Amino acid sequence: MEDVIYLDHASTTPTDPEVLEAMLPWFTEGFGNPSTVYSLGLSSARAIARARETVAQIISAEPEEIYFTSGGTESDNWALVGAVDAQSKKGKHIITSSIEHHAVLETAEYLEKHGHEVTKVSVDGGGLVDPEDVRRAIRPDTVLVSIMHANNEVGTIEPIAEIGKITREAGVLFHTDAVQTAGKIPLDVNELGVDMLSMSAHKFYGPKGAGLMYLRKKTRVSPLFHGGGQERGRRAGTHNVPGIVGLAKALELTVGRMADDAARETELRDRLWVGLESSIEAVYLNGHPTPRLANNLNVRLDGIEGESMILMLDMEGICVSSGSACTTGSLEPSHVLLALGIPKENAHGSLRLTLGRSTTIEHVEHFLRVFPPIVNRLREMSPIWCANCACKQRN
Amino acid sequence: MYSDLVMEHFRNPRNVGNIEDADGVGEVGNPQCGDMMRITIKVKDEILEDIKFQTPGWSDEILEDIKFQTLGCGAAVATSSMVTEMAKGKRLEDAMAISNKAVAEALGGLPPAKMHCSNLAADGLQAAIEDYRARRAAKEA
Repeated sequence: MEDVIYLDHASTTPTDPEVLEAMLPWFTEGFGNPSTVYSLGLSSARAIARARETVAQIISAEPEEIYFTSGGTESDNWALVGAVDAQSKKGKHIITSSIEHHAVLETAEYLEKHGHEVTKVSVDGGGLVDPEDVRRAIRPDTVLVSIMHANNEVGTIEPIAEIGKITREAGVLFHTDAVQTAGKIPLDVNELGVDMLSMSAHKFYGPKGAGLMYLRKKTRVSPLFHGGGQERGRRAGTHNVPGIVGLAKALELTVGRMADDAARETELRDRLWVGLESSIEAVYLNGHPTPRLANNLNVRLDGIEGESMILMLDMEGICVSSGSACTTGSLEPSHVLLALGIPKENAHGSLRLTLGRSTTIEHVEHFLRVFPPIVNRLREMSPIWCANCACKQRN
Repeated sequence: MYSDLVMEHFRNPRNVGNIEDADGVGEVGNPQCGDMMRITIKVKDEILEDIKFQTPGWSDEILEDIKFQTLGCGAAVATSSMVTEMAKGKRLEDAMAISNKAVAEALGGLPPAKMHCSNLAADGLQAAIEDYRARRAAKEA
């Protein structure tokens, strides 16, 4: 894997060796179940308590407001289903946005099928939610607003603090999916004004299968998992001790280097965009230039389909992702790109490049050498490219 | 995800391009769906008229040349490439009888989610042959 150029950090990240080292003892000698009363189990319980304190401090929460889960999807499911279930007397209305992760959108659709009402606020051409749209959507029977902190495809950072003020005034619970922002921009649950927040460790150089939910004190949310009484009875299931230790360690390390990483990634990302723009015809930026995650570049290219770009880049040892239908597992291209008003044919030809710690200027320059010939090759093969442009190759 | 043969055709697609003075053109798919294919064919029909007359239903129209252009995923490109390889040099009826399923099978199968992509290839070829026949009928009329 030495030669791989990995430009898909929004998808997942490698576990930091220092994080892995912190986790390892909890697989073997520290294997005790933290819910037991003998010393072996108590040492696991103490490790979890330390992790909880570390995380709480980083996001300005209280330790008892942190609930460890299996990841972002579970936390998002819990936030929606749990909040709705606990407030069934208040109403059945949920507000979310059209560009949420499927973990939120499909849970909202599930709830819709079971008698709830869902309003999806739209976004502007760059992917921004207008907080006033949220204000207008709130009704007396609204039980939850769920808006993501930053979008996983185009990296647009949403005005969560402004929305938080609105939901607080209205007395409506507010959840944010912070899976893409944890470790990338400062998170303070009080400044953001959120009652619930989802995170996933593998997005910030931690292990897969570990996540958390911040749940503000006195927030009425029913459990999703029932059983063993773990996490104060709100999230049953034997604790993933190595995962929890890894999550806290990864967050601590990532936050410690956050400013440096962001500055470096911004510079590399901007170099990448300037390079693409100057070497390839008909390439456009998807999403806002700002506010945008430092490591995210999402572009669309006329006359090409995304999966074929991914396959060709893969042959060169470069990992990227796309909003093409062929990569979403359905016949429809990315719902996010469509919500931004990007036509379907262009959404199919979109490419997401997300940088990270391993990304170097050499990687960026290599990509810029390798990619334009791939674009040319695919466009030569494309029946629509020449029809769309001024090139004289055909007709 | 893809078989080695699919990847081989994706890497080295056969018969890419456009026949300028094509006898038939087939265009199927839609860029909005993320895949579109354009096939151009050249047909050779040199058989003596009296042989045709003596053998009802006989045809010696041969697909002399075939080229494709495809916008789409790996499966769309590979099936396009494969169908041109299967059809080239064949009698028109035989080329017409190539099914989408046969193309997918010739590639050693496609992932279930990609089966719809294989529909482009044979459909595109059939559309090109139909276009050729329509042009011919118009000429004869």
